[in-house]
Amino acid sequence: MKIDFELNGKPVSVDVPGDRRVVDLLREDLHLTGTKEACGSGECGACTVLVNGESRLSCLMLAAQLEGKSLTTIEGIGQGKDLHLLQKKFVEYGAVQCGFCTPGMILAALRLLRQNPRPTRREIREGISGNLCRCTGYQMIVDAVEAAAEEIGDERA
Amino acid sequence: MSGREARVWLPGSLDELWKIWSDAPDAVLYAGGTDLMVRRRKGGPLAGSDLICLERVADFREIREEGEEILIGAGCTIASLMDHPLVRQNFPVLTQAFKVLGSPPIRNMASIGGNICTASPAGDTLPPLYVMDALLELRRENGLRRIPIREFITGPGKTDLGPGEVLSGIRIPRLPRYNLHHYEKVGQRNALSISIAGLAAIARISAERTIEDIRLAWGSVGPTVVRSRNIEKALTGKPLSSESMEAAFPLVDRAVSPIDDLRANARYRRILARNLLLRLPFRGVHP
Repeated sequence: MKIDFELNGKPVSVDVPGDRRVVDLLREDLHLTGTKEACGSGECGACTVLVNGESRLSCLMLAAQLEGKSLTTIEGIGQGKDLHLLQKKFVEYGAVQCGFCTPGMILAALRLLRQNPRPTRREIREGISGNLCRCTGYQMIVDAVEAAAEEIGDERA
Repeated sequence: MSGREARVWLPGSLDELWKIWSDAPDAVLYAGGTDLMVRRRKGGPLAGSDLICLERVADFREIREEGEEILIGAGCTIASLMDHPLVRQNFPVLTQAFKVLGSPPIRNMASIGGNICTASPAGDTLPPLYVMDALLELRRENGLRRIPIREFITGPGKTDLGPGEVLSGIRIPRLPRYNLHHYEKVGQRNALSISIAGLAAIARISAERTIEDIRLAWGSVGPTVVRSRNIEKALTGKPLSSESMEAAFPLVDRAVSPIDDLRANARYRRILARNLLLRLPFRGVHP
């Protein structure tokens, strides 16, 4: 099945079975291995991607559903080695330990900050509540998202 | 699994859906896929099946007022309904359930129609839809029928959906007389948890805090949602107090039939089913 969509800002065209999972299309066919798969059943958020700006789980979505859509993965939010603000804050605040949840966590946080640029800590926790982290205990992740929100707020002021 | 590739269609309208479905009558319908994709990976007949994804059927994404009712398209995602003013203003009990359903990405994908057709005893939208006497609209190529949700869901994972039939919309009457709206579920954690027991309630509470009218529905404590007229009748005319709720405990015991499973045992569910009532007197009432 031929599928045309936009991937990290660039138009792409793929020919894959329509029922190929988006996570497999990304990792196996397009070699974008930033998107992780852990549970494969929608419970962990490691495979979170943004589709037309909305967070979705790439393990529960089929390639056919991408037709005409705009897909953002972790590879698409910075400019090469110039990291996105959220990525910088995750590094700065020690929000990354094993790193497996990080791509999904950052995309969930990005979606949150676009919807709500000045979230409370409680709202940050709700915003990332679909993403499991088994290393950090979440504190540093919440700190990093909060710091990113503050910096965005300062830049706008 | 069959040797050939599974086909996937994304109709944009009802007309397209009927056309595709008549050419591929064995195709399985899905909307958000949050349940179906998980079951499909486990193998069985779903594993290699052709699929028709309903998320682009515009007819299923509408929300509109029709006289005293609001019609919600079955394909509306939970997230879109959570933010919709008509839903928030008219159906707070449903909005409360949306907030504890799955997680943000699940709510961006999952549809209300999918939650109904999956017919899980733990489905979060079901107890609120039962207390509001939601009416479901089922369409086939040349016909439409309406059926109350309590008649549509016939068992765990079982519905009255006929061959060639699709759930297109949910009609909910506006319920202006109810000034108490409550949904609570108990899970093992807050996000992404499957309900161990849940209670939806809407009630009319007088200025003197008398229960003038009440509707109650429990999730996860029976093969389908439990709504008991006996309990509702017994509480009508009583003060909204912990004592009134405790007096109804024996009736709750009789109404529910919970099971042991990996999330909780039946005894614990029975205790929860009773105790969930005790939250009602502490719930804000809008005069």
